[in-house]
Amino acid sequence: MEMSRPNEPTINTTNIKSAKQLSQYALLLILTLLVLGPFLLGLWTSLMPTADISKGALWSKNISLDNYVTAIKTTPILRYLLNSLVISTVTMLFQVLLCSMSAYAFVFLKFKYRKQLFMLFLMTMMLPFEAEVIPNFSTVRSMGLLNHYAAMVIPFLTAAFGTFMLRQAFMQMPTELKEAADIEGLSHWQFYWHLALPYTKVTLMTLAAYSFLSSWNQYLWPMLTTFSDNFRPVQDGLRQLQGQESFNNWGMIQASAAIVVIPTLIILFVGQHYFKAGLNEGAVK
Amino acid sequence: MLESLPQNSNLQDPDVQSALVQITTSARWRKDSLYVTLFLGPSLLLLSVFVFWPMIKTLYLSLFLTDNLGHASVFVGLSNYVNLFKDPAYLSSLGATLLYVIAVSVLTIVLGMLLAVAAQQHLQGIRFFRTIFSSTMGISVSVAAIFWLFAFNPSVGVFAQISQVLHLPEINWLADPHFALLAVIITTVWMNLGFTFLILFGALQQLPSSLFEAAKIAGVNKTTQFFKISLPLISPTLFFVLVVTLIDAFKSFGLIDLMTVGGPNNATNLLVYRVYQDAFLNGNYGLASTESVILTVIIAIITLLQFKLLGKRVNY
Repeated sequence: MEMSRPNEPTINTTNIKSAKQLSQYALLLILTLLVLGPFLLGLWTSLMPTADISKGALWSKNISLDNYVTAIKTTPILRYLLNSLVISTVTMLFQVLLCSMSAYAFVFLKFKYRKQLFMLFLMTMMLPFEAEVIPNFSTVRSMGLLNHYAAMVIPFLTAAFGTFMLRQAFMQMPTELKEAADIEGLSHWQFYWHLALPYTKVTLMTLAAYSFLSSWNQYLWPMLTTFSDNFRPVQDGLRQLQGQESFNNWGMIQASAAIVVIPTLIILFVGQHYFKAGLNEGAVK
Repeated sequence: MLESLPQNSNLQDPDVQSALVQITTSARWRKDSLYVTLFLGPSLLLLSVFVFWPMIKTLYLSLFLTDNLGHASVFVGLSNYVNLFKDPAYLSSLGATLLYVIAVSVLTIVLGMLLAVAAQQHLQGIRFFRTIFSSTMGISVSVAAIFWLFAFNPSVGVFAQISQVLHLPEINWLADPHFALLAVIITTVWMNLGFTFLILFGALQQLPSSLFEAAKIAGVNKTTQFFKISLPLISPTLFFVLVVTLIDAFKSFGLIDLMTVGGPNNATNLLVYRVYQDAFLNGNYGLASTESVILTVIIAIITLLQFKLLGKRVNY
C-alpha cells in the first residue's frame, strides 16, 4: 500500500507531461519549418533539373549535383567568393587593429579635447554610410580606386562602433594592471600589445566576427564601385548571375546561392560552439 | 614612488589618489602625444575623409543644383527641400518607408520573441532548434533574395502553388503594387529573425530562475509570468533590438534592388533606393544629397534617442 500510493499520481503526470511535450515539439517543428522553409526549398530545387522546376514540380527523378557543376564551370561564382573573402578578411583585420588602437587612446592616453574627440567618434555612429555614397563615390573615383579591392576596403578600415565597443572593454580592465605596468616601465605599445589586447580577447573576437559579416554583406557600395568580375564580391555577383541569360535557370541560380550560403552557415555553426562554451562558462560562475 | 607611501591602505584614500593622478598626469602629458598620433591618427584620418567630409559635402550639395558630374552649379538655398516635400512621389516614398520600417520592426520583434520563448523549454534536442532559429543570421541579402524570389514566383513559386491548390485568387506578389512591399517586408523579417532570436534568447536565459520558481509557488501562470516578469526585465534588450531593427530598415537597399527594383509603380521605392536612383541613374546629385540629409536626420534622431534612454549605461 505504501508503495502504490506514490506511484499512482506519477503515472498520471508522465502522461500529462508527455502530451505536453508532444505539443511543445509540434510547436518547435512548425517554427523550424517557417524559419528553414525558404532555405530548404532552395536547397532542394538546387538538386533538380531546371526543366522540372519550370513545370512547378516539387519532385524529380533526376536528382543530382549537375546544377552545382554547371554553376562552377560556367559562372565566375568561385571568383566572386574569393573576392569577398579577400575584401572581408582585410577589412576585418584592419578594423580590429585600428579600432583597438583608437579605443586604447581614449582610455589610457591623456590628451587635450579627449572627451570632445570621443563625442565626435560617437557622432559618426549616427551618420549612415548609405547617405554619404555620393561624395564618397567622387573621392574614390578621384583616388583612381574604382573597380579595385581598395575601393571596397579603404572606407571601412576603421569604425566608430568598434572603437566604442573596445573602449568599453578596456575600461573594464582593473586599474591595478595599468599601474603595475607603469611601475614596470612598460611602454604604451607594450601594454597595448601584451596586456590590453589579450585581456579583451572576447570583445576582439566579437568585433572581428561583426566586421567580417558586415563586409561580406555589403551590397550598395560594391555595386557602385565595381564593374568587372575580377573584383566583384559575391553579393553583387549573385545579382549579376540573376540578371544574365541564366535568369530562368532556377536550378543553377539556387545552386549558386547554396554555394554562397554554405560556407557562412558553417562559420556560424562552428562559431556557435564557442559562443555556447562562453555562455556555459558564465552559467557556472 | 608608490612604495614611499607610508601605508598601502592610503592608496584607497580618494585624496591620495587624486594627488597621485595630478603628479603623474602632467609628466605623462608630453610623452603621450606621440602615442596619441600613432594610436588615434589613422582612425581619425579615415573618419575625416570618409565620414565627416562627406557629411559636410552632402549638406553643401543639398543647397545646389548640380551638373552631370555632380559639381555644384547653381545655389538654390532650401528649395531642394521645399520641392521634395511638395513632391507627391517623394512623400509616397516616405510613407512606404515608414510603413515598411514599422511593419518590419513589429513583426521581427514579435516573431523573434516567439522563437526565443519556444527555445526556452527544457526538452531533449532543444539545442538543435536553437541553432536552427539563429541560422538566418548566416544568410546574406542576395541569397535571401534568391530564395524568396523563387517562393514568390507566379508560375513556380510555392505561394502560387498553394493558392492554386486551395483555389484562392492568384497573387503576382512582386508585380502587384499592393503586395510587392509586403513581399519585401516578409523577406526582411525572415532575414532579421536569426539575430533578433539570438539576442532575445540570451536576455531571457540570463533572468534568474529563482524569480520564476517563486512566481510558480505563488500560483502565477506562465502567460502572466511572461508579461509581468520577463518582458519588463528584458525591456532594455528589447529596446536595443528595436533601435537596431529600425535603423537597419531605414537603410534597406539590397533587397529592394534584388527583388523589385523599386517597383511596381514605385510601391517599393524606399528612401535609400530613391537616393541611388536620383544620383546614379538620373544624375540629379543635388536632389539626391537633399534626400540623403533627410535620411541622416531621421537616423540621427533614433540614435540620439537611444543614447539618451540608455543614459547611464554609456560612460563619457
